[in-house]
Amino acid sequence: MSSAERDVAHEAETEWERVQASPEFAQLRKRLRNFVFPVSAIFLLWYLLFVLLADYAHGFMATKVAGNITVGLIFGLLQFVSTFVITGLYVRYANRRLDPISDKIRGDIEGVVK
Amino acid sequence: MINLAAGVEGRNSALNITIFAVFVLITLVIVFRASRNSKTASDYYAAGRAFTGPQNGIAISGDYLSAASFLGIAGAIALNGYDGFLYSIGFLVAWLVALLLVAELLRNTGKFTMGDVLAFRMKQRPVRAAAAVSTLAVSFFYLLAQMAGAGGLVALLLGIENKAGQSLVIAVVGILMIIYVLVGGMKGTTWVQIIKAVLLIAGAFVMTVWVLGKYGFNLSSVLQGAVDKAGGGAKGEALLGPGKQYGSTGTSRLDFLSLGIALVLGTAGLPHVLMRFYTVPTAKDARKSVVWAIVLIGIFYLFTLVLGYGAGALVGPQAISGAPGGVNSAAPLLAQELGGPLLLGLISAVAFATILAVVAGLTITASASFAHDVYANVIKKGKVDDPNAEVKVARITALVIGAVAIAGGILANGQNIAFLVALAFAVAASANLPTILYSLFWKRFNTQGALWSIYGGLAVTIILIVFSPAVSGTAKSMIKGADFHWFPLENPGLVSIPVSFFLGWLGARLSKEYDAKKYAEMEVRSLTGVGAEKAVPH
Repeated sequence: MSSAERDVAHEAETEWERVQASPEFAQLRKRLRNFVFPVSAIFLLWYLLFVLLADYAHGFMATKVAGNITVGLIFGLLQFVSTFVITGLYVRYANRRLDPISDKIRGDIEGVVK
Repeated sequence: MINLAAGVEGRNSALNITIFAVFVLITLVIVFRASRNSKTASDYYAAGRAFTGPQNGIAISGDYLSAASFLGIAGAIALNGYDGFLYSIGFLVAWLVALLLVAELLRNTGKFTMGDVLAFRMKQRPVRAAAAVSTLAVSFFYLLAQMAGAGGLVALLLGIENKAGQSLVIAVVGILMIIYVLVGGMKGTTWVQIIKAVLLIAGAFVMTVWVLGKYGFNLSSVLQGAVDKAGGGAKGEALLGPGKQYGSTGTSRLDFLSLGIALVLGTAGLPHVLMRFYTVPTAKDARKSVVWAIVLIGIFYLFTLVLGYGAGALVGPQAISGAPGGVNSAAPLLAQELGGPLLLGLISAVAFATILAVVAGLTITASASFAHDVYANVIKKGKVDDPNAEVKVARITALVIGAVAIAGGILANGQNIAFLVALAFAVAASANLPTILYSLFWKRFNTQGALWSIYGGLAVTIILIVFSPAVSGTAKSMIKGADFHWFPLENPGLVSIPVSFFLGWLGARLSKEYDAKKYAEMEVRSLTGVGAEKAVPH
């Protein structure tokens, strides 16, 4: 951080707290956390389920569904699918629900500071 | 001896060396061109933050798809079937942690290193020192894995069977990497990673289509081929379901679980991955980079699934285990089987390029962490008079790390590289991830909490590894003929990750330190990107 930047930050300290306490910022934080925490819990549990099945349910995972394609292989490929889907959902959510608020707050602060 | 001959037959050393030399020459030219505008610390560490999201995404996949991913996973699937597939799934799903919880907030709060994020609202010197220690530890394990992989590859590619010859080639890889890093800085390194990622993914794509083509584009037939080649019957069928490698005992099942957890939580704590988020201008570009990385990495791992079973079917597990380079030689042997010496040469050059690009990325990260966190902020207390001094220290550090990597790579030559990478992930998941998450999301987190989770996580992980069967006590252990292990698992993550989350929580609770103003600034900045470091115009 350059000295000029540090001065700006120091003078604006109350400004940071004011923004942090604003309803707008509270909304941004809530929207972010309401998405990333539950979704992280879901994909981690889904992954854990896969690992536990692969670990302790060999017979089930080795069951052939079509040809040599086993239940385990399908489960594994579904992990790929869910990863791609969650990525897409998050990008859509961030573009629509997070970016507009954070852009506005940033605009407001940088307007005040400069 | 027949198997050994199968690995070497059809190899054309002159051709292989030529292909590799062309790659080195092209990348060196690019690195020298990239170095022209590289002067400031921001240039050296973060390429002036001027890469676009897609460029950085390709570079991330180039940085992440290491020799372990390509050679190690293809080999693991070829020999152990389904159990090898777990590595790819863990490595991929892990990116969601980076995407949802880490990438953007980190880009908004930090400058060059993980230490920047922690130091934002904590006591600078102790947390930076701690961040540098764990960064260096993870980079060291990861570097060892890559350098050891280079040794195995050389054995196969150039027919260099003796250890002295292999050691020489490891040294050459190390020296090339040092040149890339010293001359090109982050910009040069990034371009090497981009080129390598394109070559690697294209090469894997061609081989995948080729393998599938041989079996009428029917995955089930590829699997049947692998089953038959492995001897058919129950023995061959074991490739199709889980448990071949890890399923035999209760302990090995726990090991599998432990590995799975470390893989999924390790990625977002890998310092060379974290540092890549700083090479783009904004948090939104960091998000785009991760999306690109997830798509490319996901597609690549789907290829390795086909390549692994394809190698099992067309080359066969016996020929692979018997070849010089062992399990890591599955992909190159498959290339030879498909396209003869030319494709073997091309794929091996790609694998070499992979190792080079990854070690360069690791070296620049480790050197940045030492110069920026330890030298500039711990030793010089943030008052470096000469702006070039920090970059100079980073370059010297890169030299030292290069030398250590060469020595370590020679010693680790012959170890299973996927396993060494798993160790790096365990340290990253235990020491780094809890600290980063607490720091970004937990208001009450503080210096003591960070120190406890980093040092505690690091210590627990390393102690458990040292006293695990991976190091002593079994025929496959690193140190043969000794037995001082008491921890039953090879992968410590199952214990070390919860322990360091707990230590971070406890340490923070037992300390009263809390700076409301700094936390307000950090939280507002991390969510909105106010005051984040911008791109440097050239």
